[in-house]
Amino acid sequence: MSGAIVETRGLEVRFPLPSHFLSREKPVLHALNTVDLDIRPGESFCVVGESGCGKTTLGRTIIGLQSPSGGEVHFRGQRIDQMDEATRKPIRRDMQMVFQNPYASLNPRRNVYDTLAEPITHLMPEVTGAAIRDQVEAVLAATGCDPSWQRRLPHEFSGGQRQRIAIARALVTNPAFVVADEPISALDVSIQAQILNLLTDLQAERGLTYLFITHDLSVVEHFGTRVAVMYLGQVMELAETATLFSTPKHPYTQLLLDAIPRLQGGSFDKPRTPGELPDPVNLPKGCPFAARCPLADGKCTAERPKLRKLASTGTDVACHHTG
Amino acid sequence: MAMLEIDDLHVAFPRGKHDEIEALRGVSLTLEKGERLGVVGESGAGKSMLAFAILNLVAEPGRVSAGTVRFEGRNLLDLSEREIRGIRGNRISMIFQDPMVTLNPVLTIGTQMIETLRAHRRISRAEAHRLSVEKLKLVAIPSAETRMDAYPHELSGGLRQRVVIAIALLTDPELIIADEPTTALDVTIQAEIMALILALCRDQDVALILITHDLGVVAEVTEKLMIMYAGKCVEAGPTRDIIDAPNHPYTYGLLKALPQNAEPGARLYQIPGSMPPITNLPQGCPYHPRCERATEECRAAMPEIKDHGTACYHPLRAPLDAEEPA
Repeated sequence: MSGAIVETRGLEVRFPLPSHFLSREKPVLHALNTVDLDIRPGESFCVVGESGCGKTTLGRTIIGLQSPSGGEVHFRGQRIDQMDEATRKPIRRDMQMVFQNPYASLNPRRNVYDTLAEPITHLMPEVTGAAIRDQVEAVLAATGCDPSWQRRLPHEFSGGQRQRIAIARALVTNPAFVVADEPISALDVSIQAQILNLLTDLQAERGLTYLFITHDLSVVEHFGTRVAVMYLGQVMELAETATLFSTPKHPYTQLLLDAIPRLQGGSFDKPRTPGELPDPVNLPKGCPFAARCPLADGKCTAERPKLRKLASTGTDVACHHTG
Repeated sequence: MAMLEIDDLHVAFPRGKHDEIEALRGVSLTLEKGERLGVVGESGAGKSMLAFAILNLVAEPGRVSAGTVRFEGRNLLDLSEREIRGIRGNRISMIFQDPMVTLNPVLTIGTQMIETLRAHRRISRAEAHRLSVEKLKLVAIPSAETRMDAYPHELSGGLRQRVVIAIALLTDPELIIADEPTTALDVTIQAEIMALILALCRDQDVALILITHDLGVVAEVTEKLMIMYAGKCVEAGPTRDIIDAPNHPYTYGLLKALPQNAEPGARLYQIPGSMPPITNLPQGCPYHPRCERATEECRAAMPEIKDHGTACYHPLRAPLDAEEPA
């Protein structure tokens, strides 16, 4: 194996939808469509895309909250997607997740200590007694939480404080790999920088690997080592962050970059044609982006482009027309 | 006389039997015809309350406790409900954050548009239909004529917000108040909708008050900018000037904390702490507990907004890219 900490091979997730009672068709929503990724130890791997592109499903499938309909997930060279719960349990402490909304992800009736102690008692049976308390206090200190918070309930905290607690919960079992699903988008602007800095510091201290899911490209540019741009369940472009921003190869990446509001202005002066995501239930046969793409031709609507590596920049891109 | 003149506007909510707390603590602004103003602040800063107060829509038990809102010389707060209906939704339109909440889910787009028009104009149904289709075309809705018969749930989020904008434009307003109009939308759709609002305001000479938390969006769309903190305006002026050289330490912190303004991978500048709730404001300047420049003066009394547009005793007056603020 390639030395990656997490690998996906041909990962697919399909959600069956209720069919019409007179119809024989069984409609299926394709949330993920043959996704191949290698996430390297110690990097911040960003996944960016618009709502419905499958980025959250990708994170949930890797972490094991969603079972794939096809394909494989490997963690440290070991296939994990088909493991039963008992075999998988020792691996769960190494893979944790931070959710978008800290108002929903913390149990409102459980105090901070209980929230943080649960992953230890559940996933680390060797830690008992006073060692649990020590581990909780250590992670609180590491995430910038005050020790006095332990007996308090989530409603007593602001959004930024709650997200710190959620991060502490993810880190309390000392994981190597953390999926962060839009961890700052529910927070106020002045708090976003605090949480991003915390994630950066924790990565430096603990050598964490992040799968960072976001819709915000300016955060990716700052935070990401590599970026995958997703559209309708597929990876359209995958590159080193600096390369993606200096030489975007996929027309969809270009569209996303043009949409970032800039402090210098000028992004919204260009005329735009209305674009809509195609229906993920009836995916087009060809390139999913063809309907919005300025380069699209007959080949694009007929044949779905596969990811291929460009020699010039090392970018992986799924497009017939870029080079 | 400016088109819109707001002077020392206060909004208060009762707390207990004899006490009140203020959500808006004295905001003043002026807006000329066709001017675009951005109002930026964090949640709870009072920016939506400002929008509601302008249109005398503050919900019970809240009330506008002081100040005036003069629209073309008339104080909107003195008008009767009947009189203000001639202005609200007619001369001044609103666009809210979530189009699914704004639109009535059980009525077709056409019914809602025709109803809106006929509430403000004495025109026939056929004429209202014609004008509605015209506005749908103006906001670049494909096959506008057939969309008149669609229900809101049949449209995508981007199209729904276009319909909301078309409804806001129906009565050819002089002023549009847009409260986070693109926060619920995807980035590419946000760019489309903001480009549309910008072009419409320019072409039709419509004034805009754009309420948002996104400094990038105001930089793209507005000419004037107001930064709010804990129910007060802390800095106001031309958008470009404020973004290039903020005076108030809070504005400076907000701009400096943006990933766009940092080296990739480096730590971001961060403002410590969070905004105090209006129920528990500190003595003096509400920002002083988070401010690096705070002194005894700041802890003692709230600074008033001065000629340079900043409510601060120690304004920076330095460009953002300068090494360290003096």
